[in-house]
Amino acid sequence: MSAETTAANTVSERKAAALAAFKDLARDPGVPKPDPILVVDGVVRRFGGLTAVEVDHVEIQRGSITALIGPNGAGKTTFFNQLTGFDTADAGKWTFNGNNMSGVPAHRVARAGMVRTFQLTKALSRLTVMENMRLGAQHQRGENFWRALVPGSWRAQEDAITEQAEDLLARFKLDAKREDFAGSLSGGQRKLLEMARALMVKPELVMLDEPMAGVNPALTQSLLGHVKDLRDQGMTVLFVEHDMDMVRDISDWVIVMAQGAIIAEGPPDTIMSDSRVIDAYLGAHHDAPLSDSELQEQLHQAEAALEAEIEEETQK
Amino acid sequence: MDWITIISTTVKSAIGVETVLYALAAIGINIHFGYTGLLNFGQAAFMGVAGYGLAVTVTVLNLPFWIGIAVGLIAAVLLALLLGAPTLRLRADYLAIVTIAAAEIVRLVFRSVKFKEVFGGSDGQRGFSDGFYALNPFPEGEYGIGWFTFSHRLLWIMLVGWVLVAISCGIVYLLMRSPWGRVLKAIREDEDAVRSLGKNVFSYKMQSLILGGVIGSLGGFVYGLAYASVQPDVFGTETTFFAYTIVILGGAARVLGPVVGSMIFWVLLVLVNGVLSEAVQAGYIPFMTSIQVGPVRYILVGLGLILLLIFRPQGIFGDKREIAFDVR
Repeated sequence: MSAETTAANTVSERKAAALAAFKDLARDPGVPKPDPILVVDGVVRRFGGLTAVEVDHVEIQRGSITALIGPNGAGKTTFFNQLTGFDTADAGKWTFNGNNMSGVPAHRVARAGMVRTFQLTKALSRLTVMENMRLGAQHQRGENFWRALVPGSWRAQEDAITEQAEDLLARFKLDAKREDFAGSLSGGQRKLLEMARALMVKPELVMLDEPMAGVNPALTQSLLGHVKDLRDQGMTVLFVEHDMDMVRDISDWVIVMAQGAIIAEGPPDTIMSDSRVIDAYLGAHHDAPLSDSELQEQLHQAEAALEAEIEEETQK
Repeated sequence: MDWITIISTTVKSAIGVETVLYALAAIGINIHFGYTGLLNFGQAAFMGVAGYGLAVTVTVLNLPFWIGIAVGLIAAVLLALLLGAPTLRLRADYLAIVTIAAAEIVRLVFRSVKFKEVFGGSDGQRGFSDGFYALNPFPEGEYGIGWFTFSHRLLWIMLVGWVLVAISCGIVYLLMRSPWGRVLKAIREDEDAVRSLGKNVFSYKMQSLILGGVIGSLGGFVYGLAYASVQPDVFGTETTFFAYTIVILGGAARVLGPVVGSMIFWVLLVLVNGVLSEAVQAGYIPFMTSIQVGPVRYILVGLGLILLLIFRPQGIFGDKREIAFDVR
């Protein structure tokens, strides 16, 4: 009983700690956080003439769930790709736990403890669920060519990894599927598998790219619970998402991107009433009434269209 | 029709030198294509540099047989590094383009007039296999019963060849059940996912390219030693494509797939050839000449492969469930 209460206490403590850290922060883009795990400076990515990402400064608070939101084409996924080494930035520096991560290849980023998932799930279809999980474990002796030839040299470690994978699969309710091919899972189950597999790496920062995309509503709640669990176990979560209900439900802090830049930051319950955010999503003049001249213009267009139609009819 | 000849050549071809050397080439292709998803269309070049490495070391440099083998193996490793370094970071198709071109370059260099002194031009090199046959434990003579006999030389190279096939299969079996093999198979499914899990994809692809190339190069040695000669045109692109055919026939990503595939491939070719040429000679097929038998057997075997792909796309040993998923 006491163990349970302690566990419950730490859970609420973690959430409270995260919220406390954000309590008195300004709502400006790039506001410094008390204990940042990830600090990004001046990241730029251009595709020809298009500037997809241009982030001056942003910090991600350790032990929190931070949401990265923004309209379509805001550059969220591109920004994700830069940070995780899947795309090279044209300029900029970023540090993870104080270590420079700019220009570091993707596999080293993951080894450093910064693990991502993908918007389009990358389950390894023709591997079983269990093999998918085992692949995530780090420092495997059997992944060395020569040692792989001597099963005795990696068996014991493999058993430990399998045990760890089984625990995670049970937590994600995939244990019944352990010997199935990952390709046979549903979309939502693949998301769960991808998240569980990322946890096998034992990351400090989990970066989820649209974890809810293509997941049926019944599974959404369970996925939300898992994301919260990550923070409660001491990990930091940064995720990209479109669904505002979900963002409001689980995030401690929200960063808003539009046209490649970060335009606002703030707590989830107030961020959507921020005028900068509304402008970015709905356009700057979405709530202004139409002026007289604009009304006239619309009227003319409608008349012209009608006349053209009548003319077409009479010509037949 | 001489059924004894047809049957004896067919049965012998099931375990013959051709079957062995194509099995080795196909085991290499299976590591590349079946397990790692690398499209190496230059397997013939790996066989070629090995065969020529041995031949040139022994005949031109007058060095012993074992050094020739070492030179051939090193040449195969170097070729893998050379082909892999610029292409393995790029999309899969680039490796395919580069390997098929490189294989042709290698073949054309071997048959060029400029290097005739070294590689022997289109005639190739001969007279380098004495060191190998000096090790032959079988005394001179014919071995076997009835029509199922082999000369002592053939028996020796077949024994060595099958031992190499067995060792290669053993290595593939051990590796593909290990975490190392798991990384390879995962790369075949999705490189980026593997990268996001902290694995150095480039390094694993390179290891796979080297391993498959070296095993393929053993096929080049077997060819050179069995025929006591190497010619450039043996290592043409069709050799690579036969190896691919064998892998798909046997079932990709199966340890014994390439071996059984190679046996079936050569049994079919020899059987069709035997039956057709006997039938033409006996006058059963009046519209064909015996010269046309060669191409027609490939047409018929090709037809058989198309039917196989339609009715059993996973190959002989493949798992139907695996190809049910759309991998992309």
